Amino acid sequence: METLIVILVGILISIGTYLILSRQFLRIVLGASIVGHAVNLLLITSGGLKTGSAPLLGEKTAGFTDAIPQALILTAIVINFAVTALVLVLCYRAYQNFGTDDMEQLRGSEHE
Amino acid sequence: MNNLLITPVVIPLLTGMVLIIFQRNIQLQRVLSLIALIVTSVISVLLMNQIKNDGIQTLQLGGWEAPFGISFVGDMFSALLLLATSIVSIGCLIYAFSSIGRKQEKLYFYPLFLFLITGVNGSFLTGDLFNLYVFFEVFLVASYVLITMGGDKRQLQESLKYIFTNIISSAFFLIGVAYLYSMTGTLNLAHLSIRISEVGQDGLITTVAFLFLIVFALKAGLLLFFWLPGSYSVPPTAIAGIFAALLTKVGIYAMIRMFTLIFYHEPQITHLFIGILAAVTMVLGGIGAIGYWDLRKILTYNVVISVGFIMAGLVSMTPAGMTGSIYYLIHDMLIKALVFLIGGTVIHIAGTSDLKQISGLIRHHPRLGWMFFIAALSMVGIPPLSGFLGKVFITKGTFESGYFWLGGIGLLASLFILYSMIKIFMNAFWGETILSEEEEKGTTKGLLLPIALLTVGSLTLGFGAEGIAGHVAQAAEELLNPSLYISAVFD
Amino acid sequence: MKPNDVILRSVTRVAAVIILTFSIYLFMNGHHHPGGGFIGGLSTASAIVLLYLSFGIEKVRENIRTDFKKLAAIGVLIAIGTGTASVLFGKPFLTQTFGHVDLPIFGDTELASALIFDTGVALAVIGTAVNIILSISEDR
Repeated sequence: METLIVILVGILISIGTYLILSRQFLRIVLGASIVGHAVNLLLITSGGLKTGSAPLLGEKTAGFTDAIPQALILTAIVINFAVTALVLVLCYRAYQNFGTDDMEQLRGSEHE
Repeated sequence: MNNLLITPVVIPLLTGMVLIIFQRNIQLQRVLSLIALIVTSVISVLLMNQIKNDGIQTLQLGGWEAPFGISFVGDMFSALLLLATSIVSIGCLIYAFSSIGRKQEKLYFYPLFLFLITGVNGSFLTGDLFNLYVFFEVFLVASYVLITMGGDKRQLQESLKYIFTNIISSAFFLIGVAYLYSMTGTLNLAHLSIRISEVGQDGLITTVAFLFLIVFALKAGLLLFFWLPGSYSVPPTAIAGIFAALLTKVGIYAMIRMFTLIFYHEPQITHLFIGILAAVTMVLGGIGAIGYWDLRKILTYNVVISVGFIMAGLVSMTPAGMTGSIYYLIHDMLIKALVFLIGGTVIHIAGTSDLKQISGLIRHHPRLGWMFFIAALSMVGIPPLSGFLGKVFITKGTFESGYFWLGGIGLLASLFILYSMIKIFMNAFWGETILSEEEEKGTTKGLLLPIALLTVGSLTLGFGAEGIAGHVAQAAEELLNPSLYISAVFD
Repeated sequence: MKPNDVILRSVTRVAAVIILTFSIYLFMNGHHHPGGGFIGGLSTASAIVLLYLSFGIEKVRENIRTDFKKLAAIGVLIAIGTGTASVLFGKPFLTQTFGHVDLPIFGDTELASALIFDTGVALAVIGTAVNIILSISEDR
């Protein structure tokens, strides 16, 4: 199970890298977001998968899943969400002001 | 347990939130944010005294014992950096009062500035790896917004580059956290240190160490500084000043913390590699600093040189080298804010950043000129100014530990700094006065006070070095002795 | 843009109430079971966003006159405020406490200071989430 997830993480990272290397804003944002999700998957895998029941007080079982990676990815998802929203707004404003969604065309004339 | 440790984080955060509620009242925003920063600096002095007397202070948040909860740890190194951060941020804040403009002030400049300080202070104080990531994100998100303030075409392009670079490096940070957690089962820095010294730092852990090295090198601008000259030269002066003074330094802090507390078992691999990176950084930064004729570009390349130089002290892992790194780090925070503010003022007056078109400013602005001269000499390391002690100790440390080439390149880099700073001084301040006072694009009204404040700070650090020598020596000892940090967290 | 979706509107009238009720349930449930301020706040925010989508920004703004930026700030203030309150009692920052109260209808009820913290979190989440959607959609 862990191996499969790690392979999935690798695939997601390569998709994200491909998207980040393109020139359109939206693709770059999507790429960064996919990389973020891949990293979250890796985080939850780091604590081991399917090792016990949910880490809640009411559950009466022998083993509990490690709760820390879950807390970590909750935080990471929130941060990822906020950053993606910020970048989306920024890219949208850039598109509105300069009429382009191409990184290359944003290049200013000064010093270039 | 010492609740004072959380206050440098909570005070700017709470004040920032209050300022969001009173968004329209600019005067109140200015006063409140200044008060918050002054209180923070007073607290950091108090903390410094406590640490001096009673050793490393800790706080377990919510009363959850380490390693289960989040620990806050204040050692002398963090306290010194906290104090330097507060002084620098007060300087940049006062500079922003008269330079940032009404529109930016209405657009939440002050809350964002305080959030930036929250993140930086939190990074210095936290004793938990994931918490470090969170505080990194706090100040990064604040900096994403601050860097886009103003928003012309070139600024937006550089900001997007900055933002995407940092998103990628944050992803790498998390990957490192995941690997380290799956190998050791803990994220508390002190506990990590114990676990890794128990099982030994094998190849896998060293690889993870390199992953963290990449992350922090991206943030600090150690070799991976490709984003730095562009993004630090576009935002308004007050913001550029605080970025140059603080953001790369947090990366340096994290690197010093990780490689003295956790990954210190294989110095012949990791530390040597950092040394090579530092040497290349100094050389490349030096070439950039002497090659450009753009004032801001020259200053940003000087930021790059100093990053390499501070890391040279870490590489040596000797008391002298560490002392030097700490001295130079504090000095560099003050002086980089100072030269960026002066540089921004010069651009403000002359209306251009091209050195070939600026000349003879010293006739109408003698105070600005001489303060720049002091800053330049101090950066080069002329005794008794503040850069001198750091340079001496770092060079001594590298020679003691046998890295003669690194020390040599460090001294060579000083020549680069000297040349680039004198180039600015000769071109911008000396020479024929081509602008009469009426022709100047802006005034220095209100801008000289914060510059003078930082100059005085830097001079105090230079002449009063004896006063904090004991503190710095203690900080270096704590860094080289991880057991002190560990026992403070667990007892 | 003038929204004219009969189905969306009629469904929203019912669904918004259900979502809001469920979000309160999630919020109160959070102490010992899955739930809490964060997802409670998120589902409230989703209900508000649904209202925006179906009735248009202007109309909702007439009825819900809240500045969501300030709401988020107040939320964070409350959350950190509870943390700071524990400092006043000489406990470490963020220490939580709880007690049992005998309420007339509910019987023996557990009240925890974490609830106040969660209220802050919920307000912050509602404020931020709605604000993000609003700032993206503002200039259509």
